[in-house]
Amino acid sequence: MGIDFVIEKFILVIALFAISLLIAMYSTYAERKVAAFLQDRLGPDRAGPFGILQPLADGVKMFMKEEIIPANANKWLFMVGPGLAMLCACIGTAVIPWGQDMMVGDRLVKLQVTDINVGLLYIFGVISLGVYGVMIGGWASNNKYSLLSAIRAASQNISYEIAMGLSIIALLLVTNSLSLREIVSQQHGWHWNVIYQPLGFLIFMVCAFAETNRAPFDLPECEAELNGGYHMEYSSMKLGFYLFAEYINMFVSSTVMAALYFGGYNYPGMDYMAGLLGPTWAPLFGTAIFFLKIFAFIFFFMWVRWTIPRFRYDQLMSLGWKALIPLAIANIVVTGIVIAIVNKF
Amino acid sequence: MESLSNKKKVLVSKPLNFAERMYLPAIASGLSTTIGHFFKKPATVKYPEQEREFSINWRGMHSLKRDEQGRERCTACGLCALSCPAEAITMIAAERKNDEKHLYREEKYASVYEINMLRCIFCGLCEEACPKEAIYLDGPIVPADYLRKDFIYGKDKLVEAPLEIK
Repeated sequence: MGIDFVIEKFILVIALFAISLLIAMYSTYAERKVAAFLQDRLGPDRAGPFGILQPLADGVKMFMKEEIIPANANKWLFMVGPGLAMLCACIGTAVIPWGQDMMVGDRLVKLQVTDINVGLLYIFGVISLGVYGVMIGGWASNNKYSLLSAIRAASQNISYEIAMGLSIIALLLVTNSLSLREIVSQQHGWHWNVIYQPLGFLIFMVCAFAETNRAPFDLPECEAELNGGYHMEYSSMKLGFYLFAEYINMFVSSTVMAALYFGGYNYPGMDYMAGLLGPTWAPLFGTAIFFLKIFAFIFFFMWVRWTIPRFRYDQLMSLGWKALIPLAIANIVVTGIVIAIVNKF
Repeated sequence: MESLSNKKKVLVSKPLNFAERMYLPAIASGLSTTIGHFFKKPATVKYPEQEREFSINWRGMHSLKRDEQGRERCTACGLCALSCPAEAITMIAAERKNDEKHLYREEKYASVYEINMLRCIFCGLCEEACPKEAIYLDGPIVPADYLRKDFIYGKDKLVEAPLEIK
């Protein structure tokens, strides 16, 4: 471990950060375009060809807006809230293995910032931390709508984290490892975990929708009841941070789903491609496939948002506690029995 | 009571069955509906570049007409201003000089004629009131602008382009 190691990781971190922000930026654009296409409209098309400069225009608008901190707000926490939301959203991608080990010259580069052996727990912890940004922001605003929204967000996230954790336990029974690197490399070729854990994937995906506060579970920011919810008092780039953090969270969730259940950088016929492209380009091709899967999930997030209306709060809670948790437990039991039988024979 | 039209549809609210309580079949059918619209042609008309066809009785921007010899028809009688329910039209009349006979048809003409497009409701009553067939609402959509003063259209914008002399 020398200076070259530091440089390698530094480049990787910067690249990941830039890619996360870029994808979040263009997710806002894609969201509006997808919404438009699903509703037989055109979407933003004025800024640049096909409107591709729209995110820049939105960003400039956010920066130029007047910054207002309410007089009775807790100023320090009011400023910490969006920062925390953004921080938690950005550090999640650190443990994702983006590709197989790549040869650059005669150097073996790991396309992963860090391979901690409890990577899955790390991701889980970071996602859970994300709700603190919402809670702190909602509380510090000193506004009843914001507070209500923060309470909703907290109870929603706690409820769905249980089902999400239980669905992951069933996955762990299959993979025998908490390291994301290990989990992804086990899914070589087409041995994707979704084949062994379809129900677990379904539960995980529903919970991911709830954790990222996306429709149909976007109760913390529902406009009709809460006037925008926890970011009601926010303006300028602080509001921008909250909105941005939501899109980065969506990207991270899509990444985790693609890595855990849809094979990450693995694809059928990868051994043939590895022979064809060599040790430098084959891993990059795998990474491209990984990103394709991530984009497919992001598209699915948006597709669902523009299809399904928002749940009522009691429906949300009864779905979480009375449907998903029992299902997840049943999934663990069935998975355990099947694994016991398979190992016996 | 017996329905006469036979169009009445009696709604029964029965408890959801298992498939309905699972949400998933309904969600799948909803998703297939929306993705169907993804590939449909958008209904949007890209307005400034692309204009929708107007109907034949469309009422748009006003134009002050000229007669066959290219003279302005308006005689500043003020009937259009009187008929205007939105009080959008004002004018100042002037007497025609001897050397202006090729410019104005009547002995009296409007030296200033202004329509405030922010007041105008495009009802077309000025068109109906005009005894000289001088004003018609046959123009395009009145374009947007930034300042209120720019919406007061004078003769420079309203009078038809002079006939080309062949």
